[in-house]
Amino acid sequence: MTIGVVTFPGSNCDADARHAVVTTGNSVAQLWHKDTSLPSGLDAIILPGGFSYGDYLRTGAIARFSPIMNEVIRFANDGGTVFGICNGFQILCEAGLLPGALIRNQNLQFVCKDVYLKVENNTTRFTRATSKGDVLRIPIAHGDGRYTATEEQLDEIEGNGQILYRYCSANGAYSDAANPNGSARHIAGVSNKQGNVMGLMPHPERAIEQLLGYADGRTVFESLALN
Amino acid sequence: MKTYQAFITITLRASILDVQGKTVENSLHSLHMPALSNVRIGKHIQLDVQAVDTEAAEALVHDACKKLLTNPIMEDYTIQLRETVGKGALA
Repeated sequence: MTIGVVTFPGSNCDADARHAVVTTGNSVAQLWHKDTSLPSGLDAIILPGGFSYGDYLRTGAIARFSPIMNEVIRFANDGGTVFGICNGFQILCEAGLLPGALIRNQNLQFVCKDVYLKVENNTTRFTRATSKGDVLRIPIAHGDGRYTATEEQLDEIEGNGQILYRYCSANGAYSDAANPNGSARHIAGVSNKQGNVMGLMPHPERAIEQLLGYADGRTVFESLALN
Repeated sequence: MKTYQAFITITLRASILDVQGKTVENSLHSLHMPALSNVRIGKHIQLDVQAVDTEAAEALVHDACKKLLTNPIMEDYTIQLRETVGKGALA
């Protein structure tokens, strides 16, 4: 699997994402926000975390109009695999490739800590190396991560199996205490209806090396490698 | 062509909990101002528009709001327009 990682002005997790890609059996291509075409043979694209364009106006609102986004949208509409992490998730929502929006954390604070995620749907390209119900330990680092959508939209994405990960406690229970940002229905990661685009607020690329204590984030990139 | 100044007010949609507004409201109440409620915090954007008439100016600003300035999933907005005299807009 060849995975392209886009760098926007203000991306700060692109190097971590590239590292995660290559240590999980994939090869990597570096992409730049001003690119107007994609390299041939690309199997997937990652929009990494960071603070593209300083989060001005709204998170992801300016990056969504970067030249490369025309290509990313075309790639996604053709069925290509697109994965947005944190700020990448916000960009994909702004671009309309994912449902809903990400707004200010409920406690108004930037939250930087480890959280637990439960796999809700392991039949997607992003989760197939996991089992349904698996609990993963993954770090978060964001100020605008509260997932929001209308009740009808939430019912729809839930019914379609588009909720891939939810925040939970270490033993897999859902509670407000285990929901770090107030996200609707504890949502941490969603896909589009077709299942080829996913956004995830936590940072799996920061949980890749066992040397650092835990490596549950590998499962996301290993899932991509299985495609 | 005329020049207009547009004042755009953006707030979170009524259905979305405005935690900043709620926090400020609680703070006002703790300052013994219980008569103040329903605090909503938003953004103010000001810009100049060149257009043939008010209707055209308003259409341009709505377009900008829908494409970039607001996210309709989470925000509502209102526009106020004022025709400015001469070439430049008021500071």
